[in-house]
Amino acid sequence: MIPAAFEYHRPKDLEGVLSVLVEHGDDARVLAGGHSLIPMMKLRMADVEHLIDLQDVAGMSGIAVDGGSVRIGAMTTQNDIITSDALAGAAPIMHEAALQIADPQVRYMGTVGGNVANGDPGNDMPGLMQCLDATFTLVGPDGERTVAAREFYEAAYMTDRDDAEVLTAVSFAAQAGGYAYEKQKRKIGDYATAAAAVLLTKEGGVCTSASIAMTNLSDTPIWSEAAGAALAGTSVDDAAISAAVGAMLGDIDPTEDNRGPIEFKRHAASVVLGRAIARAWSRA
Amino acid sequence: MNKELTREERTDALGGMGCKRKRVEDARFTQGKGNYVDDIKLPGMLHGDFVRSPYAHAKVVSINTDAAMALDGVVAVLTAADLAPLGLHWMPTLAGDKQMVLADGKVLFQGQEVAYVVAKDRYIAADAVELVEVEYEELPVLTDPFAAMESDVVLREDLMGEGGALPDGAHGPRKHHNHIFTWEVGEKEATQQVLDEADVVAEEMVYYHRTHPCPLETCGCVASMDKVNGKLTLHGTFQAPHAIRTVVSLISGIEEHNIRVISPDIGGGFGNKVGAYPGYVCSVVASIVTGVPVKWVEDRMENLMTTAFARDYHMHGKISATKEGKITGLWCHTTADHGGFDACADPTKFPAGFMNICTGSYDIPTAYLAVDGVYTNKAPGGVSYRCSFRVTEAAYFIERMVEILAIELNMDAAELRRINFIKKDQFPYQSALGWEYDSGDYHTAWDKALKAVDYDGLRAEQAQRVEDFKAGKTRKLMGIGLTHFTEIVGAGPVKNCDILGLGMFDSCEIRIHPTGSAIARLGTISQGQGHATTFAQILATEIGLPADSITIEEGDTDTAPYGLGTYGSRSTPVAGAATAMAGRKIRAKAQMIAAYLLEVHDDDVEFDVDRFVVKGAPEKFKTMKEIAFAAYNQAIPGIEPGLEAVSYYDPPNMTYPFGAYVCVMDIDVDTGVTDIRRFYALDDCGTRINPMIIEGQVHGGLTEALAVALGQEIAYDDMGNVKTGTLMDFFLPTAWEVPNYETDHTVTPSPHHPIGAKGVGESPHVGGVPCFSNAVNDAFRAFGLRHTHMPHDHWRIWKTANELGLHG
Repeated sequence: MIPAAFEYHRPKDLEGVLSVLVEHGDDARVLAGGHSLIPMMKLRMADVEHLIDLQDVAGMSGIAVDGGSVRIGAMTTQNDIITSDALAGAAPIMHEAALQIADPQVRYMGTVGGNVANGDPGNDMPGLMQCLDATFTLVGPDGERTVAAREFYEAAYMTDRDDAEVLTAVSFAAQAGGYAYEKQKRKIGDYATAAAAVLLTKEGGVCTSASIAMTNLSDTPIWSEAAGAALAGTSVDDAAISAAVGAMLGDIDPTEDNRGPIEFKRHAASVVLGRAIARAWSRA
Repeated sequence: MNKELTREERTDALGGMGCKRKRVEDARFTQGKGNYVDDIKLPGMLHGDFVRSPYAHAKVVSINTDAAMALDGVVAVLTAADLAPLGLHWMPTLAGDKQMVLADGKVLFQGQEVAYVVAKDRYIAADAVELVEVEYEELPVLTDPFAAMESDVVLREDLMGEGGALPDGAHGPRKHHNHIFTWEVGEKEATQQVLDEADVVAEEMVYYHRTHPCPLETCGCVASMDKVNGKLTLHGTFQAPHAIRTVVSLISGIEEHNIRVISPDIGGGFGNKVGAYPGYVCSVVASIVTGVPVKWVEDRMENLMTTAFARDYHMHGKISATKEGKITGLWCHTTADHGGFDACADPTKFPAGFMNICTGSYDIPTAYLAVDGVYTNKAPGGVSYRCSFRVTEAAYFIERMVEILAIELNMDAAELRRINFIKKDQFPYQSALGWEYDSGDYHTAWDKALKAVDYDGLRAEQAQRVEDFKAGKTRKLMGIGLTHFTEIVGAGPVKNCDILGLGMFDSCEIRIHPTGSAIARLGTISQGQGHATTFAQILATEIGLPADSITIEEGDTDTAPYGLGTYGSRSTPVAGAATAMAGRKIRAKAQMIAAYLLEVHDDDVEFDVDRFVVKGAPEKFKTMKEIAFAAYNQAIPGIEPGLEAVSYYDPPNMTYPFGAYVCVMDIDVDTGVTDIRRFYALDDCGTRINPMIIEGQVHGGLTEALAVALGQEIAYDDMGNVKTGTLMDFFLPTAWEVPNYETDHTVTPSPHHPIGAKGVGESPHVGGVPCFSNAVNDAFRAFGLRHTHMPHDHWRIWKTANELGLHG
């Protein structure tokens, strides 16, 4: 649990970050809250010769709710999310999910940007971002671009982010309707055995739209378009929930680990999704 | 002024036995002012780190240390070849086996120590570990003890005789090259006959999985060889500092008076810090070689993967009864997975510890136990994790077997226990497997527990829940976990308890200072148990000086009297007794001094709380404080100056704490998630020294029991890779996972202990594990479940439900 030697950089602005990234390529990594990267370095599973601490970089944190849109700076902590009244109104699912991430000590340090950018299939925010249809802002030497969360994840720890880019913010539309983030885990601080993010809208007893994403059930988060489609136009009765669960099961691809065998994970995924849909519907 | 205080006020002022004295240790622990091994920094100190095997079974073809030695700041890289000339490449284990200090041609478990790097700082040491090149040739891996007993693969060539002969092991004949010992207790034929003729026999294989004590502080040491005066000082996380001193002397050849072992503050032990580890030996050698201090502190993964594990007992049981439910016989055959070396920490004559307490709280006339120890490609150990030697195994076994028998008899498990308890008037009770239980009142405790939880009401609620489940109204089942455990602690009588030939007595030395304060030193060592608080309370009551005026010191072998250390709940039963006895020696001398000062005969004064008074004339007295001063400033004819005493206590018997626990648990059949609604724990540890510390001990032991029962394990894959080597996967409960505990007690003093105390630190773990497990099993009883193995984590509970057809 002793990391190899590394160079520590602490730039004051994004230009300083980018210059280190450009110079050292994939030998350099940015450090946000450090809850994934530091353990990987201590286990010597991540070989980072240049560590760029983002905490002094101005303008990278904060929650802005402007009319119908929400923008969250990458260095915003999970605790900031939990304590933001504006966000509680614009996207209460963020609040519900953040409370299920680790423990208060971790949430004081862990950031939204680190959580979404690292590409760890166990992290909760990537699936949530896909459910919200968020876009990520990436800044690199060639300027700024945005990418949809649903297009961002390629494989475990592999994303669309270029080595020289920094993820600076996430943005999504404020949500109306029902929501739920349901997570089964072995203990506080654990990754999900299975987790489901559900957003849906209701008009006159009928579901008009639904978005469903699953966490830690594949090597990337899984936004199940088919599962959402199975709810749309229904009254979200047992048959519709079964159809959505069935569709979701067609999209996930869990692996066996200490949380259990594949068969159990598929069962747990079904249960948490069913419960998430029911709770979201009750709130819609 | 003292005259104005009532007797009660004077008693209260002492802070003696029975009061909720606040822990004197907490001021420093809660302010970060403890002094643990890793806090020790000596001038010029070097740092050690291990190259460890990635394979569970492999031949070590070659080790190249050139690149590591070339790294700036690396002082030495030790291999077995370097230790062999000193005879230190192997070391004796506590179980009479020997263990490689560094890989001698092969490795037997993943994480085994292969080379020891010594460097100027901890970071360089870790970098150098990466640079040591080891060539391995993989060998077939045996992770299952039953397969190991059938396999042609020889794990321990060093134990083979000429031409494939199989010499005896430390505990007698061996049946197979991967077999370590067979240990038999009780009457085999008679038990078989009872089983054959019984109305009812319940049979089950009860597997107690491999887990690991997980003290917050890992193991470590700082070895410091002073080449000028020839003295070795070894600071370390030792639960038995004197035994470590003797072992170090025996294996290093350094005379024992030239070795000083110091256990500083220890951040939990739970059995993990009883044994001797390669890190200690390598650090000592490195300090001797370099002439400067060397520190080694393992990290969490090393702790979980390599230092002593606990359990891994496959217990095949049969229990017989009359059709009315009177138990007639118990048979147990245990296959014990000991890993690559037999490094169990048990008294020498007990290779399976006190597993023969497995008749539990029940009057079972005929019983037989056999244990076969087996080598596999897993880490060595087999320590008693928060229990006396193999006692949680025994308690888990019998408490599961009784539940299974209740199913077989279609009886209520509480009632089955009640009709089989050893009765109060049967104590001292001679068990079929050889123990003499000192005292107990099981029926009283049991009735109190069942009443406290409204047992009948719980069963009615459970029956309704089953109906509702069957009717599709709920997906949650309710389990009622019952346990009545009997522990055996306080090892132990020297006539049958020793470790490496060292009798398991313990000791206390008291020095009363002229102004009426005192220091007492003991052969034990607190790892969080609060000895500095509780032993002072024992003394306060025994010698009449305030607990706040008594310093308790442990852990420095240059100053403390010889003792066997702290584990197996032995501190209060053994060292606590020595403390009381030493206190009584002080009091006896004080009585003579008081009589002289009061100008009466010795027999004419009597002890009264904090003073000696003239019989029949309580206004004539000398306080202990006055007597202490007199001991140092008066020439008293026939009495030596000073007021000191030492006592070495050889207990006449073990003590037998017991308890009655009830757990109420709701189980989500679909996710396997458990919710502990209620946990009631009644403990009887005899005389209670400090109720607040007992409460804390019970909470801690129950929490470790919850961990073990519900998820904590060291799991291996078929290649012998450890799957649970970090706290991400090794379950350590947080406040969130821990329920509210209700504690209760009865008091049945030990008749042979000077103050009647029995020990309590481990009872809640011993009783807690079967109680949590029984709750899970009980929840599914109505659906035909007989037994499901721990740990009861989500997926295993789900699997149980699935196999019972509860998922439709």
